[in-house]
Amino acid sequence: MALDDRKSDFTFIGTRPDRPDGLDKVTGRAKFGADAVAPGMLFGAIVRSPHAHARIVKIDTSKAEAMKGVKAVVTRADFATGLTGEFWNVQENVMAGDTALYDGHAVAAVAANSALDARDAAKLIEIEYEVLPHVTDVDKAMEADAPVIRDGTADGSVPEGMHPNVVRYHESGHGDVAAGFAAADLVIEDSFKTEATHQGYIEPHACLASLGADGKGELWCTTQGHWYAQKHCAALLGIETSQLRVTASEIGGGFGGKTTVFIEPVALALSRKANRPVKMVMSRSEVLRATGPTSSTSMDVKIGMTKDGTITAAEGVFRLQGGAFPGAPMEFTAMCAFAPYALENVRQVGYDVIANRPKQAAYRAPGSPMAAFAVESVIDLLCQQLDLDPVEVRLKNASKKGTKASYGPRFDDIGLVECLEAARDHPHYSAQLEQGQGRGISCGFWFNHGGETSVSLALSEDGTVQVSVGTPDIGGSRASMALMASETLGIPYENIRVTIADTATLGYNDVSHGSRVTYASGLATIKAAQAAIAEMCKRAAAKWGIPEDAVKWEDGCAVPSGPNAGDFEPLAMADITADMGATGGPISGHFEATPEGAGVSFGVHIVDAQVDPETGKTSIPRYTVIQDAGKAIHPAYVEGQFQGGAAQGIGWALNEEYVYGEDGRLQNAVFLDYRIPVASDLPMIDTVIVEVPNPGHPYGVRGVGETGIVPPLAAIANAVSRAAGVRMFELPMSPPRILAALKADG
Amino acid sequence: MTKIHVTTTVNGDETEFLCDPRETLLDVLRDRLNLTGAKEGCGTGDCGACSVTMEGRLVCSCLVLGAEAEGKDIATVEGIADGDTLHPLQRKFIEHAALQCGICTPGILVAAKSLLEKNPDPSETEVRYWLAGNLCRCTGYDKIIRAVMDAATEMREAS
Ligand code: FES
Ligand code: FES
Repeated sequence: MALDDRKSDFTFIGTRPDRPDGLDKVTGRAKFGADAVAPGMLFGAIVRSPHAHARIVKIDTSKAEAMKGVKAVVTRADFATGLTGEFWNVQENVMAGDTALYDGHAVAAVAANSALDARDAAKLIEIEYEVLPHVTDVDKAMEADAPVIRDGTADGSVPEGMHPNVVRYHESGHGDVAAGFAAADLVIEDSFKTEATHQGYIEPHACLASLGADGKGELWCTTQGHWYAQKHCAALLGIETSQLRVTASEIGGGFGGKTTVFIEPVALALSRKANRPVKMVMSRSEVLRATGPTSSTSMDVKIGMTKDGTITAAEGVFRLQGGAFPGAPMEFTAMCAFAPYALENVRQVGYDVIANRPKQAAYRAPGSPMAAFAVESVIDLLCQQLDLDPVEVRLKNASKKGTKASYGPRFDDIGLVECLEAARDHPHYSAQLEQGQGRGISCGFWFNHGGETSVSLALSEDGTVQVSVGTPDIGGSRASMALMASETLGIPYENIRVTIADTATLGYNDVSHGSRVTYASGLATIKAAQAAIAEMCKRAAAKWGIPEDAVKWEDGCAVPSGPNAGDFEPLAMADITADMGATGGPISGHFEATPEGAGVSFGVHIVDAQVDPETGKTSIPRYTVIQDAGKAIHPAYVEGQFQGGAAQGIGWALNEEYVYGEDGRLQNAVFLDYRIPVASDLPMIDTVIVEVPNPGHPYGVRGVGETGIVPPLAAIANAVSRAAGVRMFELPMSPPRILAALKADG
Repeated sequence: MTKIHVTTTVNGDETEFLCDPRETLLDVLRDRLNLTGAKEGCGTGDCGACSVTMEGRLVCSCLVLGAEAEGKDIATVEGIADGDTLHPLQRKFIEHAALQCGICTPGILVAAKSLLEKNPDPSETEVRYWLAGNLCRCTGYDKIIRAVMDAATEMREAS
């Protein structure tokens, strides 16, 4: 088989071997962010603003510095100056400058001999604030009389006359929406709101930093991207990027929230000042107050449909509040909103709005779940009023290969129709509902991503293989890399060891995000293995005295082919590696590139909801996830991604929300009050893996990590609305909101 | 502040340590005894990542003071395997892919083991309610519940 043919008959891929790091993770031996120690280590603590918006008048660190055991105190003055763009925004977020921009914003930090001393010392740092007016709600932040948060932040995209809190604007689409609405038999337009939620990874941010006055440093941290951490920490500290070596710990969940830095630059600054290693670990309330929640949103969606269920036009306005910094993913919200549907007339508008809240961070398919909530709710209303089957309507309008996407390009091979057909044919869709239950469905879309990727693969003398990748393993990716390497090389899975390399031992790697790891690091692993195979074939050819191209690779062996077929005994990989030192030196393979063929992803969820009209409480008796994986490398971990996305979506739909008081302070900064789904809240989550191969990957892989959180908000809203007999326009659909809706409905 | 001297048993080993009166058992296990298997996810008793047993009872070690360990018998995730033989729960968690990131796994294993010691034949609902104090953000719990049920079956058949 030629190396660039797409493979479809697999030996190892599609099996479910034990993950390579399984033993470490069930015995407590795996080292996560907070599990590292260093000789002479100090502990850091951060002082945070109790105000939503306040000018920092004065910081007095003298009492803290005088305390026994305190070794360093830092403020913004201890960081680099003159940064611009995203570096400046990250720096402003990591340590406030002139102004505290949200409740929980870091203002100063201290390092001491023990964690308890550091905490005590933090209380001795005296900060004088001048409290400023604040705003935390997205719609209020856009009103004419809203306090201006950071004047001059808006870029050139914002139409004239908007409030300065509107900092970016997006508009896209095609066709003539007015004509499309005129051609509809029914047009429905509604407004929707969603509150911010948190990624809720169970491991708080943690790091161990060491930086000397010579500008050389080491950083150990829990991160989705250690090269990102390296680049940003170096910039914020004013040191050279290559002088900071960053090692990614095992990571206890990220979901997008660990794609940036928070405490890492602060720990480095403290370390530089104290000339000692500094460990920092966030508390849960620090995580909730100061790290990436999602945007909150306010959305208007209008869709026109003919009696037979054809969508004639669609329009959406999406306003996203992303904290006190530009970057709310409103263009993703806008671009994903109508992507599942082949539309002749479509228009979408996005506003990026700043408010006095923490800087939003990516959360699984950032921006897309909210859009789906609004759009798929309106489609469900149209189905109800026109008496149409929700799956059939979606099938009728579904995007396919060749469809001009609502956001511009034409789709290549995609699996939405296959997912919808699987939904229609699934026993769940036709199962009888019980009294008080409703069924909802929703489609979901995510772009997926390639990103800069380096992989290095080295052969050992005994014929085993080390693969070094640069994307932290958040959910079993070592197993999928090993499977792809073993498939390519034709050697057992167990003979491969996959390591997450640090920044000093491998070329640049983009963050583990965008559902890119199995796609991009996987593609890179395959290409690196193919490079090693080419070299092994060369060695065999030299040994046999035949041309290189007369050797092919089969089942882990070099085999003579063409006119030489059968002339020599195949050479197993271990035979070639055994004397590689004498036949030309060590053999390894590399890949360094930015793969562009990630292949977009679609999914469909079916959910049953039961609403208790007395209490307003919703339970989920049955849930089914159907999603296109392109090719499932390790199906158990693909199912796990589907189930995890659904569970997070259930939390977002029913319960999770950031609650801000009138004072602009976060009211629910502990897990007791920011309650994520627990085992007794959820049913088993059934999964169907659809496989429509991605033409951009040698084995057909599409990323699967993110799409799973897109359909739940809408699917559950549709199920709840049908169960309760009243439409829900706002998330979360917590018991008080459902009761209020029932009451308003009479 | 004056430290307290504590004598205790951890995973069968007699152990002594000095601790600040404000330190939790979790702090002591992790920072003084180098047993970092128990994790701190919240520090407020809401996530179960720090689960250990004290005198055979399941506790959140973040809610127990280090000083309270005096004279007690503590068991952590590090003590679950028997030498190089994994406990059936540990094996089943790997087999069922019942962990993604794995940060919740130590606490869930300790909690599940303590359930099966009390109730060798739990129903799915019983497992779900017993583990309701252990948050997992990655898996949606499906594979965790299956792994616990499967381990229970295997353990019943073996006994
Ligand atoms: S750390 Fe103890 S319950 Fe969360
Ligand atoms: S596996 Fe990540 S929190 Fe449970």
